[in-house]
Amino acid sequence: MCLAIPAQIVAIDEASDRATAMVDNVKVEVSLALVEDIAVGDYVLVHVGYALNKIDEEEALKTLDLFAEAGLRQAQ
Amino acid sequence: MKYIDEFRQQTLARQLAGAIRKEADSSRTYRLMEFCGGHTHAIFRYGVQDLLPDNVEFVHGPGCPVCVLPTGRIENAIELAERHGVILCTYADLLRVPAGLGKSLLKAKAAGGDIRMVYSTQDALQIARANPEREVVFFAIGFETTTPPTAVAILQAQAEQLQNFSVFCNHVLTPSAMQAILDAPEPVAIDGFLGPSHVSTVIGSQAYEPFAEHYLKPIVIAGFEPLDVMQSSLMLIRQLNEQRHVVENEYTRAVTREGNVKAQRLMQTVFERRDTFEWRGLGLIPHSALKLKPDYAAFDAEVRFQLPTIKASDVKGCECPAILRGAKRPVDCKLLGTVCTPENPMGSCMVSSEGACAAYWSYGRLRDGRGKQQKAQAGKA
Amino acid sequence: MRSFIDFKNGKVDLSHGSGGRAMAQLIEALFVKHFDNELLRQGNDQALFGVEAGRMVMSTDSHVVSPLFFPGGDIGSLSVHGTVNDVAMSGARPLYLSAGFILEEGFPLADLERIVISMAAASREAGTPVITGDTKVVERGKGDGVFINTCGVGRVPAGVTISGNRARPGDAIILSGSIGDHGVAIMSSRENLQFATTIVSDSAALHTLVADMVDAAADIHCLRDPTRGGLATCLNELAKQSGVGMMIDEQKIPIKAEVKAACEILGLDPLYVANEGKLVCICAAEEADALIEVMRRHPLGRDAAIIGEVIADDDGFIQMTTAFGGQRIVDWLAAEQLPRIC
Repeated sequence: MCLAIPAQIVAIDEASDRATAMVDNVKVEVSLALVEDIAVGDYVLVHVGYALNKIDEEEALKTLDLFAEAGLRQAQ
Repeated sequence: MKYIDEFRQQTLARQLAGAIRKEADSSRTYRLMEFCGGHTHAIFRYGVQDLLPDNVEFVHGPGCPVCVLPTGRIENAIELAERHGVILCTYADLLRVPAGLGKSLLKAKAAGGDIRMVYSTQDALQIARANPEREVVFFAIGFETTTPPTAVAILQAQAEQLQNFSVFCNHVLTPSAMQAILDAPEPVAIDGFLGPSHVSTVIGSQAYEPFAEHYLKPIVIAGFEPLDVMQSSLMLIRQLNEQRHVVENEYTRAVTREGNVKAQRLMQTVFERRDTFEWRGLGLIPHSALKLKPDYAAFDAEVRFQLPTIKASDVKGCECPAILRGAKRPVDCKLLGTVCTPENPMGSCMVSSEGACAAYWSYGRLRDGRGKQQKAQAGKA
Repeated sequence: MRSFIDFKNGKVDLSHGSGGRAMAQLIEALFVKHFDNELLRQGNDQALFGVEAGRMVMSTDSHVVSPLFFPGGDIGSLSVHGTVNDVAMSGARPLYLSAGFILEEGFPLADLERIVISMAAASREAGTPVITGDTKVVERGKGDGVFINTCGVGRVPAGVTISGNRARPGDAIILSGSIGDHGVAIMSSRENLQFATTIVSDSAALHTLVADMVDAAADIHCLRDPTRGGLATCLNELAKQSGVGMMIDEQKIPIKAEVKAACEILGLDPLYVANEGKLVCICAAEEADALIEVMRRHPLGRDAAIIGEVIADDDGFIQMTTAFGGQRIVDWLAAEQLPRIC
């Protein structure tokens, strides 16, 4: 369940607690009611018009490394 | 697409496939339940099973909120539009789900019911603001990912003192469903769980710790992309090989141990647990669903409109109850592909594109023989 | 006949369809003025034209698209391109079009004029004049603004036999360009969909591309444009008609990054999203490379690619190797795709 897509925040409207997020040049309007400390440039998960969570870029890279590492290990 | 494409790379897929092949013990089978319908959909759409050895099997779980919604609730929603003349706002996923007597929201809309597809609870609020003389009801479904947005809408409606907005609440809880599966009288052979991605973003990985401990099953919170599913499967295989049973988090880029505390607090403010709730295919499960707290009764459509409980009857021969618990597979159902197809769904597993039967039928039915397909193909176009 | 029609603020009313003076004025001031060709100016209920001896094709399409105006086109240009393309998919050179309008009482004349101007431009560009037409008006509430039916005729060059039942195992499957543009453009211009893209509809007349292809290849087996229901529906139709199956490679299917992103956001499968300026070509394997080269030289075929091959399969399955490396089938569309949250 729960289709959520990573998108980058490109503009924030503090007054309405809303933001514009982008995925590859496609803009989506989202509510920031469920998140805190979001800045322009952050990546968030978008679900039914809401930002659900901030994406941890460091962890994303670590996860990708894990995939590659599994590959290396099996090659040995 | 950032954080999507990198997690679908074929080269990494092949590497992971190699690692899984190497580490999976050929003398045993690994039966891994992917709880979430979104994972079921991804597994079939990308053909993940093709990259795994035969002794690693996915058992499809009940994490599909459309699938587990009893038809009686859809009939309540239709009644709201037809009898009470409300503007009924719904996510598109629900439009085609067949209810009793061949009805559906889409058919009710064609017959004149004011039923509107929305993409967000914010849209429903907007409709309420724009139509002050009409009652507007939002048909709320979903697990814990989708519940906070409903909470936000209710609080906003309260703050704006909207007089014409209410929610028909069908939100359900993931841990309860997991428990129902693990507590089933005839236990299903499940060795470990792939935990839902986005529900976990909200509730945190700690929500699953009691299960791992009590039922001695490993649980890996898996990200949404196919590489995440493979890596998580590998992590489960490792735990099983090492006879460990803990909660691990593969989706660290979006899930923390505590989860989204702000979203949790919003849910706790507005909702409380129902004593019991009927799940299509799984029967009555205690403390498994949410309703609005008495403080918010003005926004509770069930209170506002005195909606009756409508009992649904299951279709004879439909194996959804067993399939939702992982006890049977789609191919084990005699109705699959003959009477029951995505155009004419008989049971919950076929009504939503992430139901196990719908996903299997639409993407993967070539795997298990063609007999049934020929009949269905003959019926097309 | 002088026209007193207020194209700026006027609305369609029942008199415009009644056959009387108001209708005649509308036809003169709008349709004849903009479509402007000799055959139309004959002014009869039918258009008279001569033909060379040979085989003719005829095709018809009704257009009910909503919204009427969208990025990259409108119902007018779409109605021209759609029928020109259907005619062209036989290998024929399109000759003439007819246009029937069903107008809803109350429809703004300014919008109607805009649509007709667009249609006229499209038909001029495609070298396919609208030579006869019809206008009816229905009461308010009984139509969606405007419905347009276009019918087209064309002539098939000698020696060309292109038909959906000619696909054979071993044939190559070619796609002329990126999928999903039209459907995404339409969706992005619907209200209450909180997303915006720069994607425009790919609506275009494909007959000159087809002419180049027919000239280049000795024997094209099938041509079809993947409109409603997308590429998936088109391939399933051809497979069924020919009694074959297909194996395609997801990585070879061209798709714009933005279209892919829009589909991800809405939970749609781009394989089922409509296209209005693309074609699928099935040809003998040996002809494929030469055809691709010819196509890529044409503005509408720059991204042409071989996406798979035809195989023997009585059940007519379309099988696809996913970009991830696994297998799936590409089934018929069950019902119109809707955005999903799950």
